[in-house]
Amino acid sequence: MCCLKDPEMALKLLEMGCIPGTRVRMAGRAPLGDPLMLVLGEEEYTLSLRVSEAVTIQLKD
Amino acid sequence: MAGAIKEARPVAPQLGTGGAAPLPVAERLPRLALIGNPNSGKTSLFNQLTGLNQKVGNFPGVTVDRKTGLAQLGGQRRAEIIDLPGTYSLYPKSLDEQVIADLLYNPQSPDYPDFVVVTVDASNLRRSLLLFSQLADLSLPAILALNMTDVAAERGVQIDIQALERELGVPVVPMNARKGVGVAALRIVMADRLATAPAVHFWQPDATVQALVSEIRAHFELHNDYLALHYAQQFRHLHFLSDADREYLATLTEKFGFDPTARQAEETVGRYARINELLLDIVTVTRTERREPTSNRIDKVLTHRVFGYLIFLGILFLLFQAIFAWAQYPMDWIDQGISGLSAAIQAHFSGPLVRLLTEGVIAGLGGVLIFIPQIALLFAFLAVLEETGYMARVTFLMDKLMRPFGLSGKSVVPLISGLACAVPAIMGARTIESWKDRMLTIFVTPLMSCSARIPVYTVLVALVVPDEAWLGIFNMRGLVLMGLYLLGLTSALVSAFILKKVLKARERSYFIMEFPVYRWPRWKNVGLTIVEKVKAFIFQAGKVIIAISVLLWVLASYGPGQRQNQATAQVQQQAAAQRWPAAETERRVASARLETSYAGAFGHVIEPAIRPLGFDWKIGIALLTSFAAREVFVGTMSTIYSVGQDADLGTVQQKLAAEKDAQGRPFFTPVRALSLLVFYVFAMQCMSTLAVTYRETKSWRWPLGQLVYMTGLAYAASLLVWQVFS
Repeated sequence: MCCLKDPEMALKLLEMGCIPGTRVRMAGRAPLGDPLMLVLGEEEYTLSLRVSEAVTIQLKD
Repeated sequence: MAGAIKEARPVAPQLGTGGAAPLPVAERLPRLALIGNPNSGKTSLFNQLTGLNQKVGNFPGVTVDRKTGLAQLGGQRRAEIIDLPGTYSLYPKSLDEQVIADLLYNPQSPDYPDFVVVTVDASNLRRSLLLFSQLADLSLPAILALNMTDVAAERGVQIDIQALERELGVPVVPMNARKGVGVAALRIVMADRLATAPAVHFWQPDATVQALVSEIRAHFELHNDYLALHYAQQFRHLHFLSDADREYLATLTEKFGFDPTARQAEETVGRYARINELLLDIVTVTRTERREPTSNRIDKVLTHRVFGYLIFLGILFLLFQAIFAWAQYPMDWIDQGISGLSAAIQAHFSGPLVRLLTEGVIAGLGGVLIFIPQIALLFAFLAVLEETGYMARVTFLMDKLMRPFGLSGKSVVPLISGLACAVPAIMGARTIESWKDRMLTIFVTPLMSCSARIPVYTVLVALVVPDEAWLGIFNMRGLVLMGLYLLGLTSALVSAFILKKVLKARERSYFIMEFPVYRWPRWKNVGLTIVEKVKAFIFQAGKVIIAISVLLWVLASYGPGQRQNQATAQVQQQAAAQRWPAAETERRVASARLETSYAGAFGHVIEPAIRPLGFDWKIGIALLTSFAAREVFVGTMSTIYSVGQDADLGTVQQKLAAEKDAQGRPFFTPVRALSLLVFYVFAMQCMSTLAVTYRETKSWRWPLGQLVYMTGLAYAASLLVWQVFS
């Protein structure tokens, strides 16, 4: 995870542990393609968020 | 005395604030607040400490209101505990979390805690410590309850507790609150008041805001810079500030060109940097095998594109079968017991007081008790779904489906809770951050068929639908019942869709949330939920039902002036002229007396309005009393139809089946029952729901809108059914 583009959304993501530099992996999608299920960090906890929310996260390499 | 209470505030030594010597503690109970992330086991710990049990989880209906309890802390010491809603930070994003800000930023608040117990998820310590670090910077004395050590161990997370304690400067108690492990240690720590203000300051506001912070701190005489910063950040939402204070802060922040969003982001990043540094040597993660956690594997099945929905539908279907088919047996026992009791009393005693007891009180009581099995089963299902963590997955599955209707996945939980009762469901909608989503959810939730409609559905469906199996397995009555629920759901969605077009608020709706790990439900919690809900039903709804039953009995037994006696005399004359048998005369007298009673007069007044729906004046009485609460319907029918009837016609159902129309055919035909059922699906007949909608929306517009819209819908739908099918 590299940076968060939307300042308002960033506040929420940060508090829930989406910090730039965290490893993030997509674990799945809801049956209709949205929302997504992301697994974060070493702790491997699961967040679910909408595609529209996930696009504010920019990924490195 | 009031002065003493006020002065005794700093019970624990407050490091870093430098004043206030500890005063005699015996003056009042120490007050502590439980705070932590959602799903960090905070409510479990609260239950363990206080013994007053509620549900576990971060979902609606769980921690909507601030709960308090009294904990025994070993020895003779006791403490008052406040259970705060789950939150990720001290910057509130929902109404629920606002409670925390209002409490912790106002040292003058009567509930201001002496110290806080912070529950953190040991398997995700880094994120959990964000909230702790903010509390620490407020110089609040704290104890860290390192919870969910079992999950952490399973994931190979090792924590050096002594080092953590040393670094944070507060007592750290490892525990597993669900199983009660470590609770005894926590009690001892609390009793010894080991809570100390954390030694570490995690984060300092940047020099650029220092001038602003100092000014606010001096103005409000605050003990702490970080608190002053929060005033600058959140003054618009803090309820305890006066308008003048807000005005002052608004001008001040503008003067300094304060940008709350950017600053808050900077703070959060800064805090994580500090926490990472601190945890570097404390937390080690060793993975013995690269295997996906069990929870993720269960998710593969439960959120599968096909199985996910099938399982959800299967669970809902099981729920309806349980409520209708399985609950029937205990309901029959209760029903027979009540009518047996009534008949036994009438066989041995007589007189107006005995009739008041059997036809008023006991008939009303029967109307309450009979629904206990269904309500217990419904709440058991909801509690299990919530306890296991499945509810969060339902939200996930349903989000995309709900959005075309202007609702979000988060609306699903209030809607499903609405099957139990609209009142907690509407309060549960507080977790929806977007105003528009929330208003839509609140508006349509009462259309979901709540448990108060179960009595009405049960009686009417059983009256006209045969108790047969369809295709050998599906109970016909169960299917009709499911149809009624689906009708409620459909109308809720369509109404939301229409309202979405009317409301024109451009606002972002958020969905992001954490998935709790799957767990076996704690049966003790489920059991206590059932007991709590059933008790609430008996004592809250029950009181109203019995009171209305008695009132109705009086209204149905007595009439204005001499009209009842005149009617009786008239019938007796007719009887003498036509030589009716005694039983026939008695029935006609009873009927004439009811018609000329106060209740009868009432029913006759509204009869012209409801005749097009297929209802007569007796149903009219029931409709009117149902406006207090729907479940009163059955009691009312039972009372109205039992006046003057044989005592051996015990159950409501028998009484309704015995009712004949003018031509002597059964009054309750399938179409008439359907018209009545449809009316109850849609109509807004619940004072409590209107009151809670007003409280949650802070405007009469919404409850009035609900009342007019739903009742109008009910009238139109019943009219359609009766006019088309009869």
